[in-house]
Amino acid sequence: MALTGLQIYKLLPKTNCGDCNLPTCMAFAMQVAAKKVSLDQCPHVSEEAKAQLAEASAPPMKLVSIGSDENKLEIGQETVLFRHKEKFYHPTGVAILVEDALANDELDKEINSINRLKFTRVGEEIGINLVALQHKSTSAEDYAKLAEKITEKTSFPLILVCQNLSIIKSALEAIADKRPLIYSANRENFDKMASLAKQYNCPLAVSVESQEELVDLTQSIKKIGVDDLVLNPGIKKTGDTLENLTKLRRLAVEKVFRPLGYPTIVFTNEEDPFQEVIQASTYVCKYANIVVVKAKDTWQLLPLLTVRQNIYTDPQVPNAVEPKLYEIGAVTPDSPVIVTTNFSLTYFTVESEVGNSKVPTYISVVETEGMGVLNAYAGDKWSAEKIAKTLEQQKVREKVNHNTIIIPGLVAVFRAELIDEFGWNILVGPEEAARIPSFLKNEWKPAGKK
Amino acid sequence: MEVPDVKQSWPNSINEVTIGATKEGGGTRSHAITVGGTRTLPFLYFEGNIPHRPVIAMEVWDIAPTDWPEELGKYFSDVWDDPGKWAKKCVDEFEADFICLRLQGCDPDGENKGSHEAAQAVERVLKSVAVPLIIWGCGNDEKDNEIFPACSQTAAGERCLLGTITEDNYKTLVALCKADKHKLIAESPVDINIAKQVNVLATDIGLAPEDIVIYPSTGALGYGMEYVYSIMERGRIAGLSGDKMWAMPLLADIGREVWKVKEAIAPEEEVPGWGDHIQRGPLWETITGLVYLQAGTDIFIMWHPKAVKELKKYIDSLMKKNSRKN
Repeated sequence: MALTGLQIYKLLPKTNCGDCNLPTCMAFAMQVAAKKVSLDQCPHVSEEAKAQLAEASAPPMKLVSIGSDENKLEIGQETVLFRHKEKFYHPTGVAILVEDALANDELDKEINSINRLKFTRVGEEIGINLVALQHKSTSAEDYAKLAEKITEKTSFPLILVCQNLSIIKSALEAIADKRPLIYSANRENFDKMASLAKQYNCPLAVSVESQEELVDLTQSIKKIGVDDLVLNPGIKKTGDTLENLTKLRRLAVEKVFRPLGYPTIVFTNEEDPFQEVIQASTYVCKYANIVVVKAKDTWQLLPLLTVRQNIYTDPQVPNAVEPKLYEIGAVTPDSPVIVTTNFSLTYFTVESEVGNSKVPTYISVVETEGMGVLNAYAGDKWSAEKIAKTLEQQKVREKVNHNTIIIPGLVAVFRAELIDEFGWNILVGPEEAARIPSFLKNEWKPAGKK
Repeated sequence: MEVPDVKQSWPNSINEVTIGATKEGGGTRSHAITVGGTRTLPFLYFEGNIPHRPVIAMEVWDIAPTDWPEELGKYFSDVWDDPGKWAKKCVDEFEADFICLRLQGCDPDGENKGSHEAAQAVERVLKSVAVPLIIWGCGNDEKDNEIFPACSQTAAGERCLLGTITEDNYKTLVALCKADKHKLIAESPVDINIAKQVNVLATDIGLAPEDIVIYPSTGALGYGMEYVYSIMERGRIAGLSGDKMWAMPLLADIGREVWKVKEAIAPEEEVPGWGDHIQRGPLWETITGLVYLQAGTDIFIMWHPKAVKELKKYIDSLMKKNSRKN
């Protein structure tokens, strides 16, 4: 929790010497609180004060990074309970669980299918982030080999799921430079696990059932010198885990309770393929920073990753697509041209309905600052003139051999002026995107050839 | 070290709304369904009790749909010539908590059925099933105001949930609701202030707040769901914090939104790499429902039997034994 100006003032020399280029220590404190100047600007501030300020200004939930290169995953540093209060910063890492008992060719198959778990939605690539290698039965040597193989054949950072020290050590010797997450330290092994995490500079998950014990463990581990921690509140029924994750998030961001100010990791325990995705999606909505799933089918991962994409969308930024001429399907010069706004939701709804219609169509997206059809009209973000200008810029006259433009039914009012501005026939489309397919099939007719 | 208590205490609880009237209540339903009543955010039992289980209505039309995906036709095409049979199948075979009859056939841009036929459809469903009923208009204000008097009267005393009223069109339905003892769905276009405004307008002309369910619009997973999610969260927090005009149960109209998006419908041949659509479609509907459940939704309207079954199973797993079941 950031300090107030007054709290910072108390840490200053209070001499009003002016060496910081501000008239008084109080003025300086206010500027530091507002993050406009750095504490370093004061040449006289004590080391103790610096340390206190650094501690106080540290984010309430630590940022933990897993993996080493450009594929590393950063989780944590969340600041709110509800996305509307600000936003969620670091999307939940989705990890796929792989068991070590697999035969070699099965493992290859598994790795291949894991590498396919990525999709493009709303112009963004969404995919899984981690592979969790569950130790069941292999020797330390074989486990390390498997870990090595997975890091070679995929780009995903690993979670080493094993409570056995010598096996973890053997894997770390092989792949510590890839900074896997060690899962996990528990009541019995925490000091040795923490020493390994320290020795190999890897993040460490801490797993115990009760909050009090979790506090004891994180405190003890921090003393050993490991602070890149991820908390596991136990593997329980969905409802209990939901409550635990909620409590941990509230403790971290509302109470700024440092001993539990770390990101979280949970595992699904539902066996049914539907219920498992339901369970994992619950944890994405409510506060897991990593969720480990057994699900590997694309029809399971697509909805799960879409939930994450939706929930982690920044609510403060208008959701906009690039204003340009989009081609949906195999367009030809005979294809219809539909005009719409660059509000993502409007655009993707129109795009989806055009797709459903199976009529190849140009969608001309006008820059409306991310506003929908009516909002943009009410807010003067678009007009007949702007649409005409956009159509010219997008070279629509050259793309098609008819001379008809379809505008949204909600802005039928643009029609007359747009005819004047652009010179083409203007067809008023439906008010609801859901009617686009029937409109394109039944009502759209090129009003004439050039 | 002592761990701080993070339990939040809310000054207000969400209204209880009861849908359906039994013989004792002046109707003919076998049981009534009550939603709401909670004084905590979804499923946080450490904070407060959740007295009533969220419920799922399955959707039935007064006409045979021509644009429902094949995956749904598979389950319903043998009954969708008759809303009564359709409703009965939903209840008997697919264990719907209750039924939403959507009067799609009255749409002036479609079959344009009149009020007499609409009322007949209502009667058919009431006679075929004993569960409570939602009656949803065709969405055209003028037409809805024309057909609802007959529908409302046909179902008088049954305590149906009628919808929808909006900022611009609420007087007719509020009057009917008061006369025939129904409940109302208050619709708003993904806007937290308008959602409240509809309730203010309706209660100003005499509707009890306990007769209202909020429908803040619904977006399918991947299609603006997060906007509605955040409005529901903000609204629910406002309601629990004491805003009486946001203290209503929430409704999500899932099926209608989900079964038009390609993630739910498109076979794998059309969208390579997305997996089996026979599984993906119902899962898309289930997960859309699940996310709204986490935002506080009390009433779901859904289409696919598998989605209904899976979401119900999940809701049951979250309900603690001390809570009353519907």
